[in-house]
Amino acid sequence: MAATLQVRVWRGGAEGAFRGYEVPRRESQTVLDVVTYIQRRLDPALAYRFACRVGMCGSCAMTVNGKARWTCRTHVSKVAADGVLEIAPLANLPVIRDLVTDMREFFDKWARAKGEFVPTATRRDPPAAVRPATAARRAADAAIECIGCGVCYASCDVVAWNRDYLGPAALNRAWTLVNDVRDGALAARLAAVAGDAGCHACHTQMGCAERCPKQLVPTASIAGLKRAVGRAVLRGEI
Amino acid sequence: MSGDGMRGDAATLRAVRAQTMLWLAQRASAAVLALCVLVHLATMIYAVRGGLPAAEILGRTRGSAAWGAFYAVFVLAAALHAGIGLRAIATEWLGLRGKAREALVAAVALALAALGLRAVWAVVA
Repeated sequence: MAATLQVRVWRGGAEGAFRGYEVPRRESQTVLDVVTYIQRRLDPALAYRFACRVGMCGSCAMTVNGKARWTCRTHVSKVAADGVLEIAPLANLPVIRDLVTDMREFFDKWARAKGEFVPTATRRDPPAAVRPATAARRAADAAIECIGCGVCYASCDVVAWNRDYLGPAALNRAWTLVNDVRDGALAARLAAVAGDAGCHACHTQMGCAERCPKQLVPTASIAGLKRAVGRAVLRGEI
Repeated sequence: MSGDGMRGDAATLRAVRAQTMLWLAQRASAAVLALCVLVHLATMIYAVRGGLPAAEILGRTRGSAAWGAFYAVFVLAAALHAGIGLRAIATEWLGLRGKAREALVAAVALALAALGLRAVWAVVA
């Protein structure tokens, strides 16, 4: 293990440049530790986002040596064997400053995909009995652990080529609700995720699944949406 | 919601239904093509190994409604499949949208169908 890391960090907005820093190498050091060290000890003007530091909140994703990663759970030893780190903001999103991207389009697309639960019962009704072993619940459970970090969105070529595309995370969210028996907006949601800007734009390249830090497979969710939308259109339900 | 919004929603719904039908047509034509390619390859290998010259092959295809129908289906599936695939490429690589895209893709698909069917006609009629 080298005594220091050579770190290049993106500074500026859409126009900017990498700036070099030397950071002491530590045991069990994460990429977020490195960024935090730079901001606290070397360059207080550096802008970046983090909150939980334990892989729950989804706010610290950055491009690390060319790949989108959650930085709080990415050990330096895993990505910088030669002691060199290049840290940039997430791709496919507008850069506000340094390592901070504007996540509005990412989350606006969750809303466009109708990623909001629409209840069919009220608080006066008894709680729904959802059997965990049913096919629908298993499909929802397989996709439910998304933390909204944007790594899949930054890793998707279709997002880069087609700015209208809803992207893997929003479609994955819609798929969990399509499989939620308590939800009451199935037809509207299937219509919202159909077509050129929705699930049918996916090329099943699986960049999202390759990079998802939670090991989800949004491609599988999107394939499920394609089947569900196809059936709904053929039956005249949307 | 305003009247404009309602009309906008209806137009959007029509568009996503049409786009979904294109996707289904893409899947269906792929299935047809998979079968057609297998039959075509098997026939080619059989004909070449059997040493059939062009004249004898033409002798078998001329007047054959079965071969004519098979290759007409093959051509139409290829034109449909290529057209829908090119539509995605035109969107992503040329940045085309709306009527310009649909016109380009329809022209390519119709040209492929016309050229292919002319070739089928040449060996069947």
